[in-house]
Amino acid sequence: MEQLILSLSYLVGSITFIMGLKMLSHPEKARRGNLIAATGMTIAIFATIFLWESPETHEHLHNYGWIFGALLIGTVVGTMTAKKVQMTAMPEMVSLFNGMGGACAMLISVIEYNKPEPLTTDRLSVIVLGMVIGTVSFAGSAIAWGKLNGRIKDKTIPGGQIINFILLGGMLVMAIALIGGFVSSPAVFYAILAMAALYGILFVMPIGGADMPVVISLLNSFTGVAAAFGGFLYNNPVMLTGGILVGSAGTILTILMCKAMNRSLKNVLLGSFGKKPVGTGDGPAKEQGSVKEISLSDTATLMAYSQRVLIIPGYGLAVAQAQHACHELEKILEEKGVEVEYGIHPVAGRMPGHMNVLLAEADVPYEKLLEMEEANEKMASTNVVLILGANDVVNPAAKEDPSSPIYGMPILEVEKADHVIVNKRSMKPGYAGIENDLFYKPKTSMLFGDAKKVLQDLASELKQL
Amino acid sequence: METLINIFTDQATYRLLTIVILSIFLGIEVISHVPSVLHTPLMSGANAIHGVVIIGAIIVMGQAKTDDYLALTLGFIAVILGTLNVVGGFVVTDRMLEMFSKKKKK
Repeated sequence: MEQLILSLSYLVGSITFIMGLKMLSHPEKARRGNLIAATGMTIAIFATIFLWESPETHEHLHNYGWIFGALLIGTVVGTMTAKKVQMTAMPEMVSLFNGMGGACAMLISVIEYNKPEPLTTDRLSVIVLGMVIGTVSFAGSAIAWGKLNGRIKDKTIPGGQIINFILLGGMLVMAIALIGGFVSSPAVFYAILAMAALYGILFVMPIGGADMPVVISLLNSFTGVAAAFGGFLYNNPVMLTGGILVGSAGTILTILMCKAMNRSLKNVLLGSFGKKPVGTGDGPAKEQGSVKEISLSDTATLMAYSQRVLIIPGYGLAVAQAQHACHELEKILEEKGVEVEYGIHPVAGRMPGHMNVLLAEADVPYEKLLEMEEANEKMASTNVVLILGANDVVNPAAKEDPSSPIYGMPILEVEKADHVIVNKRSMKPGYAGIENDLFYKPKTSMLFGDAKKVLQDLASELKQL
Repeated sequence: METLINIFTDQATYRLLTIVILSIFLGIEVISHVPSVLHTPLMSGANAIHGVVIIGAIIVMGQAKTDDYLALTLGFIAVILGTLNVVGGFVVTDRMLEMFSKKKKK
């Protein structure tokens, strides 16, 4: 009877995960979908605690004190961090939680490996695979987290790709030796663990700029697969469905993102973006004219007498927490009869949809957010394009300069509009470290300053007009 | 070769393998119609769902011998990390989506 209830709980869990993911793809239902998946997860967790019994000995679980203590700590800390985190730090947060899932999978494998009972080949292979993927995900996520909050700078390791290949090959050989029973020393197991950690670090380390969203999404699906190996280990259907669902969905999401940047997954995986050898200044000599600055009042006047203004947000907007100020400006312009819309590049910010989340926080209506294709279609009829802290996603080098690392990435074609106003804090290149010719084009004017301050000043200028 | 035959003749493994394959297709199917606006919440939601790995941590913890301090300590940490993944993941996703629904009412 108990086992029937347990199986049913797992079935409910699996169904809620599928429903949750499905509903997360519809704006109106998304929140409910998330809650449903969370409920299913809770049911599966408590059913496991109280009903699970060992297939061999039919013993129930014990150590309840430890289990509930850990659950309590995790819940309190998790809720607090998740509630407290600012919208701008969301990508880091997801990366961090993802890494914890990976670490959890790694620890499960380590404990299972250390059990005194002899392991069958099947179990050992599942343990080793789960450990490797979990560790890579954990180490990679930790680096991605550090990079996103600026603690770790992009670094290119000379011969990084070769080292990565050696690590992969080494892990493969050692894993075969261990699973095949040629060696049985725990040292080999831990050597694989160390190599997996090193691989995770080296794999994310050189990747910078526009690739970060892709990496987080990929690591997310890694953790999913690691969880699924747990499902094999314990013959547990809910771990299997949950893990594989995330694994495959995450992979598709990753591929969609790669497509948006016109890069192959292999290219990202090998971390070649970090090489950024050309186009970063010492590429083909470009004549860089002088930039043209524009004053706040001129900008305000220009926008007030426009018919259509397109705002292109980027990471700079997130950093300056300027989403509310941006919405204010939009409202003032609309009152003056100016049509205001937002052009959202799929990889603007540090995560896909980052800008949408940010603008949604400031109550910007959903319909005002145009996807790239739509925004480009309307570009020719746009009078003023206001770029707020975006850089690589509007860089014409992606279309014109084959030597540029971002060559081939679809961009927002702002040059088709009448005027381009770029708000930046300084002339520093964007996150990907690539010079932007757009700033030197005749149509472009620069409006230097912190996005939030500039937007607030613009709003007050506009009110006076 | 023998292991391969074993996989397909062993009922339990075969069942698990079926789940894996169906889940792969389900995951692809479910995600392919997502508007890019929802990519971040979706990634975050998926992130919370793979926190299901916590069930493995609970099993490992609950089976640990009461004097096996290594397993108890590591298991304890694993359950904490898993809980963080699940709870943090769902709460962060909810916070993101809350912003979407709030503005819907207007």
